[in-house]
Amino acid sequence: HLSLRLSLYTHSFDEEEEEAKMFRNQYDTDVTTWSPTGRLFQVEYAMEAVKQGSAAIGLRSRSHVVLASVNKAQSELSSHQRKIFKVDDHIGVAIAGLTADGRVLSRYMRSESINHSFTYESPLPVGRLVVRLADKAQQVCTQRSWKRPYGVGLLVGGLDESGAHLYYNCPSGNYFEYQAFAIGSRSQAAKTYLERRFESFNESSREDLIKDAILAIRETLQGETLKSSLCTVSVLGVDEPFHFLDQDSIQKVIDTFEKVPEEEEDGGEAEAEAAAAPAEQGGAGDQDVAPMEM
Amino acid sequence: MTFTIPIDNGDSVKTAEADSQRTLYPYVTGTSIVAIKYKDGVLMASDMGGSYGSTLRYKNIERMKAIGKHSLLGASGEISDFQEILRYLDELVLNDNMWDDGNSLGPKEVHNYLTRVMYNRRNKFNPLWNTLVLGGVKNGESYLGMVSMIGVSFEDNHVATGFGNHLARPILRDEWRADLSFEDGVKLLEKCMRVLLYRDRSAINKLQIAKITEEGVTVSQPYSLKTFWEFKAFNNPTAGAEGSW
Repeated sequence: HLSLRLSLYTHSFDEEEEEAKMFRNQYDTDVTTWSPTGRLFQVEYAMEAVKQGSAAIGLRSRSHVVLASVNKAQSELSSHQRKIFKVDDHIGVAIAGLTADGRVLSRYMRSESINHSFTYESPLPVGRLVVRLADKAQQVCTQRSWKRPYGVGLLVGGLDESGAHLYYNCPSGNYFEYQAFAIGSRSQAAKTYLERRFESFNESSREDLIKDAILAIRETLQGETLKSSLCTVSVLGVDEPFHFLDQDSIQKVIDTFEKVPEEEEDGGEAEAEAAAAPAEQGGAGDQDVAPMEM
Repeated sequence: MTFTIPIDNGDSVKTAEADSQRTLYPYVTGTSIVAIKYKDGVLMASDMGGSYGSTLRYKNIERMKAIGKHSLLGASGEISDFQEILRYLDELVLNDNMWDDGNSLGPKEVHNYLTRVMYNRRNKFNPLWNTLVLGGVKNGESYLGMVSMIGVSFEDNHVATGFGNHLARPILRDEWRADLSFEDGVKLLEKCMRVLLYRDRSAINKLQIAKITEEGVTVSQPYSLKTFWEFKAFNNPTAGAEGSW
């Protein structure tokens, strides 16, 4: 079945309940069918899939881009899914939605980037990569009736001659440039936090940017204790190729603002506890989400 | 009767028709290019001759052209292949401009693109019969590189093609400095070109000097070098070899 109607039955977030009533109609079977009001419903449903995935956040300053995501595991027994990928030394991508689609697109991005490097011996400008990605989504989503749109939103962060950039690529094939953005479930909380602070990001130091990213992640957890095991953080910047921050560094940043009374004052103890019980946090979260969407 | 040249790739031999599509030898050729980095960018010199075998047939060929905003390409070898390369680069620059996004192709990118093109043609046994010199300045950094017809490519502070390799490079090795002024750079290039004029039979006394800096490319009007033929040895050239044996 081509449509993504299945995902609607798992909706239970208040802010989406009104929208759910609009969606059932006769124009949404095919991605190549327009509705009388000029909408492509399959594309809009694909954008819903992005909202189901766990949160991913991106922010940028003049010289750095930070991408962060919430680690969510299927069950207590499993590990969490990777949502942030290195595309090249100067480009990284964080995804939310159908992770499988995200992996395929990351592979495409890596391929484009490496082909450019091979021919021109210089890094592919992020803006151009993002346009190619958007065109790919657009072609798939509207030109063929036997294909479906990609059900994943991509936060592409990268560096080129004109500075640091953060883009958001939608399943619709649209892309936008942002100072900071959040996608996925409960991203609105993170967006609210970022909206308050974004004007200062351009001049932020690398450390402040990382701290803001982790704080934004905390907003999406809504009450759960923030531990380094719950989030993945990656940085790239001028003179700093894309790489992930290790758990210790993340925990250190968390310790600067998180004061949890029941745990020991010593930061080391908190780390040990976090390492011992990573899976517990994953199961407690979105049980309403369909298994393929993370 | 079909004349076939066996090509040892295991699969196929090429027929005469296919042969006529491949470059086997050059027809109209340009001679040396000499280029150096200097204080503000890159200087390149070439004469304006196109030889048809041993005849100096064409005397108004510009063998140096600006590429995009930041690069200058000079070529020796087959002139028609040089024109083909200019068409490839035209397309490349056009597509780059169409993005309209603030990014532009620098000399390094153009050089590497050309290396890929030359090497791939060589692999198909259908080379572009040129040695190319690519110079440019982008974001304050000067760049000077060379690509040969078999895809050998490298960067250096001073390069020369053809006869220039043998006659000009020794001079450049001795006299090149990193902080050459424009005037000194031109004098150095003229010194090399004069030697080439005396000793390379395919050189003509009509040259251009091109300059590329952060501001852009300028190619000079053609001019001639002053030469001196009153050396005593020229008066009686056979003095050292009288007789018939």
